[in-house]
Amino acid sequence: MNPSCPVPMDEKETVQLSHGSGGVMMHRLLEQVIFPALDDDTPSASHHDGSVFTADSARLAFTTDSFVVRPRFFPGGDIGSLAVHGTVNDLAMCGARPLSLSVGLILEEGLPIEELRRVMRSLRQAADEANVQIVTGDTKVVDRGKGDGIFINTAGIGSVAHSLDIGSGTISDGDAILLSGDIGRHGIAVLAAREGLAFETTIESDSAPLHEPVLALIEAGLPVHCLRDLTRGGLASALKELMLATGLSARIREADIPVEPQVRGACEMLGLDPLHVANEGRMIVVLPADAASEALAVLQQFPVSQNAVQIGAISAGQKGSVVLDSIVGTSRVVEMQHGEQLPRIC
Amino acid sequence: MKYLDDYRDAETVRRLADAISREVTRPWTLMEVCGGQTHSIVRFGLDTLLPDELTLVHGPGCPVCVTPAHLIDAAIAISHRPEVILCSFGDMLRVPGSKDDLFRSKSEGADVRVVYSPMDALELAVKNPEREVVFFAVGFETTAPANAMAVHQAKARGVRNFSILCSHVLVPPAMTAVLDAPDNRVQGFLAAGHVCAVMGWEEYVPIAERYGVPIVVTGFEPVDILQGVLLCVRQLESGRAEVENQYARWVRREGNSPAQDILSEVFQIIPREWRGIGDIPCSGLGLSDAYAEYDAARRFGLDGEHEPAPDSGCISGLILQGRKKPEDCPHFGTGCTPERPMGATMVSDEGACAAYYRYRRTEPEVTA
Repeated sequence: MNPSCPVPMDEKETVQLSHGSGGVMMHRLLEQVIFPALDDDTPSASHHDGSVFTADSARLAFTTDSFVVRPRFFPGGDIGSLAVHGTVNDLAMCGARPLSLSVGLILEEGLPIEELRRVMRSLRQAADEANVQIVTGDTKVVDRGKGDGIFINTAGIGSVAHSLDIGSGTISDGDAILLSGDIGRHGIAVLAAREGLAFETTIESDSAPLHEPVLALIEAGLPVHCLRDLTRGGLASALKELMLATGLSARIREADIPVEPQVRGACEMLGLDPLHVANEGRMIVVLPADAASEALAVLQQFPVSQNAVQIGAISAGQKGSVVLDSIVGTSRVVEMQHGEQLPRIC
Repeated sequence: MKYLDDYRDAETVRRLADAISREVTRPWTLMEVCGGQTHSIVRFGLDTLLPDELTLVHGPGCPVCVTPAHLIDAAIAISHRPEVILCSFGDMLRVPGSKDDLFRSKSEGADVRVVYSPMDALELAVKNPEREVVFFAVGFETTAPANAMAVHQAKARGVRNFSILCSHVLVPPAMTAVLDAPDNRVQGFLAAGHVCAVMGWEEYVPIAERYGVPIVVTGFEPVDILQGVLLCVRQLESGRAEVENQYARWVRREGNSPAQDILSEVFQIIPREWRGIGDIPCSGLGLSDAYAEYDAARRFGLDGEHEPAPDSGCISGLILQGRKKPEDCPHFGTGCTPERPMGATMVSDEGACAAYYRYRRTEPEVTA
């Protein structure tokens, strides 16, 4: 994949915050520095967040994710619940039932134990709610100033009961694109909780596990082609990534993309595009158009995806492009976020 | 948010676009002054709704874009001092100076922080009395009053470890510089609504009269911009050259007097170099003598002569004057991208090149 910039990294280049933002720079870093160290036949080569493999005739999904969000506590969640939801969702996007997680903690000298307790309680509660077990872990402490309070890594294993090939490879011309709910809440909730931002909102993060609606889609026998949770880089980056991987084109309708008024207001004020703002409990589902209405009905049974809507469709169109029909009756292309928008959002 | 929806209503947009098409009989070239308007035009594809006779060219109103490279170099040099916390609006971090940008400084260990208000920088100074907090003050008449207020409060509260690196610019001198250019093709302006909310619109009357150009104070939403275009076209078609106010919901003739008062107390008008354009007399704001001690360039000994910026091949100066469009540049989208910008117009959201790159790099099909 070559998301629009072929420029190679030079010898003197250093890691910058924007290398972690889920946009073009991050993709370049992954392509040029990280992926060469991974095995070619893993799904990481197709940029999925998890890997599905067979071990002793059992189909399993495996994934890992690290959490560095600042601040540690924000409306609608904290680094503990996020660490569970993030990994559960990566497994869910493989169509897997999440089973077991590991938890790795990197703590900074000076972190109040009470804060750690709060984070661990929240992590435990999120695991219970998602019905996953935390089966192993590791704890390290670094000197004051060498970490930022607490970083968490979780890895997860899930079981795959279906025989679908869920991933960008099966996306086809004519498929419908479903979105599981309103976008941009996590990014704005975290941003509003940061020091120095003098605006108040009641926006809560959308951080939530998505495996239940996903498993329901699969159990209903719906021919799901691709699932993708929207995290850093937002809806725009998720769609653009998929289109670059498939060589197809996505066309979406701005008027059909739900954005809460408070999120829209904050985005207007801060000059952000809701399409680029992070989410932690939203996904897109790509499947054949004739299955779209049944899939929506399934999704809408779950609180986490009760506002699911179809936002557009896949076409042969211009290779790798995402086109948005705007609310004023014009159209424009949608690109990934470039560089830094909001560092350390998850 | 319903209020905003009214200004993005598809039906109203279509009606205005039709009205413009009906009234245009000849080719006209209009310039929208403000980068926020450019962003809106490109984001919503408003120019694609206009008749072929009408050309919109993008103006110099992108503060990040016109900040001279030597000031960015100064900010980088200051940021590397161990006692300094350098605060800036986020956009400035990626703008290349003559060699590097502030993101690079940050990754090399400089304490560079993104703030959303100069008052946040001032509070940071209060909380960190052992550090020197420097705010990189860029912007037009819109951001200048808040920056002036931060300096004013620093003085009133005796916060001595606060200073600003000042790169403020003024809109009317830039408009006359565009009009004075020998190959100018701009025949009418959409003036920057938010600048006029602060300064009022009286200062544009002499420009309209002297150069015979209509100037319409215009807002930023699709309906605002198309109304501004319509008013401007009507003037051109009927041979008038007046100042009109489309953005009356925010802009009064006399502007915002308290904001103007704080500006004239803290700042004075000075000549300013505009990146890619050159020196424009009386086009900037610098700290007045009474507040000179809060000038970071002076405090850190960086207010002397500077090397002229090397020619990078970037044509942003011509783009900022409406003489070229982003697609006219051979580097657009190849050697120059938002992640590796050659010039500032590719960095800021308000920069024409960044807007074209983001919304227009592959020509979208026209919706039926």
